[in-house]
Order: sequence, then structure tokens, then C-alpha cells
Amino acid sequence: MSNEKEKSRFMRWLDGEKDIYEGNVELKPQKEYVLTPQRLSEQEQERRQLTERTNDVERNRVYLFFKSAYVVLAVAFCLTFIFVLLWAVSWLPPVGNAANPDNNEVSARYIERGLQETGAVNIVTGMILDYRAFDTLGESHVLFVATITVLVLLRKDKGKKEDNDRVYEPKNDTILQKVAFILVPMIMIFGIYIILNGHLSPGGGFSGGAIIGAGLILYLNAFGFAKTERFFTEKTYKIVSFCALSFYCLAKSYSFYTGANGLESGIPLGTPGAILSSGLILPLNICVGLVVACTMYAFYAIFRKGGF
Amino acid sequence: MAFIQNFPFFSIIISLFSGAISSILNGRAARVLNRIVIIVVAVLSAVTLFYTWGTGTSYVFWMGHFPAPFGNEIRAGVLEAGMAVFFCLVMLLSLWGGREHLEEEIEGSKQNYYYILTNLLLCSLLALLYTNDLFTAYVFVEINTISACGLIMIRQNGRTIEAAVRYMIMSLLGSGMLLMGLCMLYDLTGHLLMSNIQEAVAILHASGEYKIPLTVTIGLMTVGLAIKSALFPFHTWVPDAYGYSTASSAAILSSLVSKGYIFLLIKIIYRVIGFETFHDTKIVNVLFVFGLAGMIFGSLSAIKEDDIRRMIAFSSVAQIGYIYMGIGMGTRAGMVAAIFHIFSHAATKALLFIAGVGLTDASGDNVRFIPLTGAAYRNKIAGVAFAAGSLSMVGMPLLSGFISKLLFAQAAVQNQGKLLPALIVLALSTILNAIYFIKTVIRIYTPVQSDFAGRRIKTQVLFAVSSVLLVVLNLYLGCMSQFLVDLIEKGLGMFA
Repeated sequence: MSNEKEKSRFMRWLDGEKDIYEGNVELKPQKEYVLTPQRLSEQEQERRQLTERTNDVERNRVYLFFKSAYVVLAVAFCLTFIFVLLWAVSWLPPVGNAANPDNNEVSARYIERGLQETGAVNIVTGMILDYRAFDTLGESHVLFVATITVLVLLRKDKGKKEDNDRVYEPKNDTILQKVAFILVPMIMIFGIYIILNGHLSPGGGFSGGAIIGAGLILYLNAFGFAKTERFFTEKTYKIVSFCALSFYCLAKSYSFYTGANGLESGIPLGTPGAILSSGLILPLNICVGLVVACTMYAFYAIFRKGGF
Repeated sequence: MAFIQNFPFFSIIISLFSGAISSILNGRAARVLNRIVIIVVAVLSAVTLFYTWGTGTSYVFWMGHFPAPFGNEIRAGVLEAGMAVFFCLVMLLSLWGGREHLEEEIEGSKQNYYYILTNLLLCSLLALLYTNDLFTAYVFVEINTISACGLIMIRQNGRTIEAAVRYMIMSLLGSGMLLMGLCMLYDLTGHLLMSNIQEAVAILHASGEYKIPLTVTIGLMTVGLAIKSALFPFHTWVPDAYGYSTASSAAILSSLVSKGYIFLLIKIIYRVIGFETFHDTKIVNVLFVFGLAGMIFGSLSAIKEDDIRRMIAFSSVAQIGYIYMGIGMGTRAGMVAAIFHIFSHAATKALLFIAGVGLTDASGDNVRFIPLTGAAYRNKIAGVAFAAGSLSMVGMPLLSGFISKLLFAQAAVQNQGKLLPALIVLALSTILNAIYFIKTVIRIYTPVQSDFAGRRIKTQVLFAVSSVLLVVLNLYLGCMSQFLVDLIEKGLGMFA
């Protein structure tokens, strides 16, 4: 009972309802600061004068000094920086020299044993999705976090009708629509080809995804949101990017875990050159492609007024 | 390989994966997930800490099926694991302390974005701590920059957008310089893995070959990271970014994000360039001078400030100056002091931002000094917490700030050339700190019959818990610092 009372008194003190010193200690109250009309007008005047003097662009000396000083300093700094960089570059090892430090065992192994170890004919893909997969995992999350930041900045949940440029739809630009009608399927197929052939020929998820994204944007421009929203809304974006990133994360976690613990991953590499080969690289390329395509389209849709 | 050795990898992947999961959750679920992830990562890191402490050596972990120079790799030692535990703790307490504000200031439908950004920020900080590969570090620096930018502008008003743009420009300049330095270093050594670069750089340094580009490279990387961690005179983005963003963001940015970059710099000094080589380039002296300048000018700006949040932000500039002064001393003792100050400043600055927001709440959301008069009586816990944080920053015994000042002074005494400037500026800066912090403490403890006097603040449980825990953390660092100093010494030993 007393405990409960103690606690409630403490809580009352904590909430500022009771002052424990009041009535127990002799308190000498401080002279209170009274805001008389005269003081108030003085303060007002001071503040006004200060603002006036600060905003007087023609005569404010500090402002004028920094206005010119910043320009001079910025130019001088940039010129010095450019000079220092060029000077440093002139001392670097010459390009294409066989004795350069970067022609070492690392690149030799990528070239000589890349095909055999990763199963990818395209060495670059083998490098980014197998040898250095952790970096690429991070890189695809850079795209993800960039989209999230753009969504934070530009997504509008409540807005007036004229804020949304869908009021100009439906579109009826015949030339654009006819061209898009022919081009968009070809662009899509080309993008898919580049993604699926990422491990066999130059290309991969990043470049193929960018092409598909461009195709989607062209389609949107020609036919408007009413058509694209039949298959691509914000929800689609969420689900596709979530699935792609999750698969990427889980697949790579599995391969990192088995790799570090010296276990066999059990993923067959297949015959080099076949479409279904090189282990995880093909599915990962598809994931990266999906993330990139969705990101490109999402950026375009959000940067237009009104969002998805 | 022991199962425990997987834990650093688990903590990176868990925080990365939770970012993607949060994108399909609503704000509430994302928040719960975020707290779970932080606690799990803290536990995993603590276990890693005990493991590495027990074995006495660091270990590397392959990220894939290929050994080091061919594949990626991470590396865990005592210092990395200890830092990870501490970062998780401070992040959790900052998020708890600012939760009420966060929910008020961020649109309901965008709240899960906040937790995506925090999860990815945590992931990038962990990766910066554990990475053993320079390019991996760069990739996660990118994630760190973008998510920090999002954390600033997610409270949407004109001020934060302006602050985020400033932050973005300065931070990208820093990233660009880091990337240029990294490319040149690759050109000179042919490696991206830290230990291989270190061997190659040692050979280059001994033979005197490529002396000029090597010096420029070291300069580029150091300056890039210094810009990103707000060393004076690259601090102009700090007051806006910390002053106007929501309280949790300000606490996380000042106590974790800038510290992640400083830790990367320390790692580069020890594990990439090599301490001797770095010392021979004289760049330490530059860092030393700018550190000293930051200690003075940061405090001077803070004294002039009339806005409590911006004042705390300027105080960060001064504290970052301390850390760079420690690095700039170019000795082992200086480095230990600098790393201790990373811990101490992280604990104290989070406390100050959280307590500061409690005080402004009790004054009708007013950040100016006159309305703040007597705020400590209206919000008791915030008052006590702010007073404790202020005293710690000034360097009162029993609090963490005292130990870091002591360590800095000890390090200065061991370094003949830099003894006098370091001690004089340390004393000066302490006085300047005292001027603005004690001024604020007296201001909040001056009784007044203000308009807000009748408006009491209901004690918020989470706010109270996190403030008290941060004060306890401060006291712990101040009273039982030996454990942490041992940890830092041991961790630096594993770096070499």
C-alpha cells in the first residue's frame, strides 16, 4: 500500500505535478522577467533592424565579400584539384602495359579458370555474379534503396486532381502509338534475350533490365497509364522487387554459407554454352534484370506527376 | 570452421534481407521487425565478440566458394564486433527515444520506408565494419549515403529537403573522392583486398616507386572520408541535416553514420595503407591541424546558435574534431583515444538529441532558447538526461567524456611535437564546450512562469527508458572504461 503511494508520488513528481522542494525547503524566488510593452517594442525593433541590415543585399559587406570570394575560391579550388589529379595520373603506370601491377594472378585466374569454375562463358558475368557476388548483392540493394528514397520524396498519397497528369489521357498520338506498337515487343524480346544470355554473351541483368525498363517507359508514353496499370501498378512493383531481392538474398546466402563452411553447394554448373548452365548465375541475372527494369519504370512513373 | 564464425555474415544478411521484407509490410509490422533485427544482430555480434576475445585472433570469412584475392571476404576481430554491438545498442535506443516524434512527423503510409532505410543503414554499417575488401566498402558506402539522405528528408518540409540536398552534394563529393582514390590504388597495386594491397603498398613505399600517385591516392581517400564524416571545414551540411530531421534520424546520423566512415578510415590506415606508410606521408599532420580547428570553430558556432538542435549539431563538429585530432597524433595512444571517443561521442550525442527533443516538446515544440527556460521542470527525465549528456560532453568525471579527454591528454603527452598545441586546444575547447552546454543547462533549470508552465508533459515510457539507458551507458563508459580500452587495444593489435 505504502509502496504504491510512494510510486504514485514519484510519478507525480516525474510528470511535474508536484515540486518536492515546495514547502520543505526555503526557496528564494528569482526575480521574474517581465515583458513590458517597452521591452517588447525594443526587442521587436532590434530584430527588425537586424533583418533589414542582413537582407540589404546592396550594402551588406559580409554578404558582398562572400559572394565574390566564393566564386573566386571555387574556381581556384577546382583548377588546383584538376591540376593535382592530372599530375597524379601522369605518374600512373601506362595503359595496356603487360608489366602493370593489375596484370596479376587475380585477372589471370579469372581468364584461365573462370569458365571452368563458374560455368559462365562470359567472364564478366562470372566475375560479378560468382567471384565477387557480395559486391553485386550490395549493388542491387543500392538500386532498391534509391527507389525507396525517391518514393519517400515524390510519392503523393493525397493530392488535388490537377496535380495528376493523368487528366490528359487517353492519349491519341497515332504516330507514336504505331511506332510503339512495332517497337515495344521487339525491345522487350531483346531485353529478355540479353538477360537470359547474360552468362553466354555480353550483357546480363543490369543492361537487359535497363532495356526492358526503356520499353516499358515507351509503352507508357504511347498508351498512357490506363493501359500500363492493367499489368503494372505500385503493388506489382512491390511484389516483383520483393520476390527478386528475396530470391537473390536467399540464394546468395546459401552459396556464401556453403562456400565459407567448405560444403558442396550441390548446384550443377551444366555444360558451358547451354542456356541452362553456370549454376545460380542465370536465375540471379533474371532477378537483377527484374529489379533494374522495375526501378527504371518506377522512377519514370514517380517523376511524372501523380506517381504510379 | 566453428558455427559461431558465421555470425558476422548472418548479421549482415539478416539486416539486408529485412530491408526487402519491410517493403511489403505496413508501418507497425516493419517497426516490430526492425526492433527484432537490431536485437538479433546485437546478440550475434556480442557472441562474435566473446568468441574472438576468447581465441585472441581475428578470422576471415569467405563470401562464396573462392579464396580471398579472387572472391569477396569479410573479417571479424574484437574491435569490429564490439563496435557492432555498440552501434546496435545506440541505434535501438535512438529509435525508441524518438518514436513518438517519428510517428507524428512522418506520414503514416511512409513509415515502413523509414524502417527499410534504417535496416539497410544498419546493414551498410555492419558491412563497413566487417569488410576486408575496399570495393565492398565502397558499395556499402553508397547504401549508407543514400539511406542517410532518406532518413533526413523523410520528415517532409522545406528545411529537410534543403538539408538533404546539401548532405547529398557534400557526401557524393566525398564518395567520388574515395572512389577515385580506390581506382588509383587498384592501378598501383592490382588488388582490392585489404591485406594484399597492404603488402603491395609496403613494397612500393620501400622502393619509392610511384611515390606521387600513392601520396595523392592516400590524400584522396582520407579527404573523401573526412568530408563524409563532417571534419571541419567540410561541416556545412551538419547543422541543417541534424537540426531539422526527426530526432531519431539526427541521433542515428550523428552517432552512427559519421562514425562508420571514421572507422573505415581507421581501417584503411591500418589495414590498407599501413600505419607507418600513412605516418610518413605527413597527412596525419593535416588531419591534426583540421581536427584542432574543428574543435575550436565548431564550439564557437555552437555558442552563437540560438536553436538547441542546431547547437547540439555544431557540438558534433567539435567532437569529430577531437576524433581527428586523436588520429592526427600519429601514435597508437592517439588512435586508442580517438576510437574511445567514437564510442563515447556516440553514446552522448544520441542522448543529447533524444533529451533535446523531450525539452522542446515541453516548450510547445519551440527550439529557441527563451521558450526553453524551465523546460527541465516540465519534463524531468529529459532535463536530467540533457544535464548528464552536457556534463559528459564538457568532460565531467564519472561520465564518458572525461575518460576520452583524459586519454587524449595522455596521448598528447607521449607525443613531443604535438604536445603543446593539443593540450592548449583541448583546454580551450573544454571551456568553450562548457560555455554553451552549461548555459543551456542553467537555462532549462531556471524556474519561470511561462505559457507552457501549465502544460505538463505526460511521461512517455519508451522515451524515459531510452534516456535512462543512455545515461547509464554513459556512466558505464565513464566509470568502467578499462574494459573498453582493453577491447580497443586488443582490436588494434588484431588490425596489424
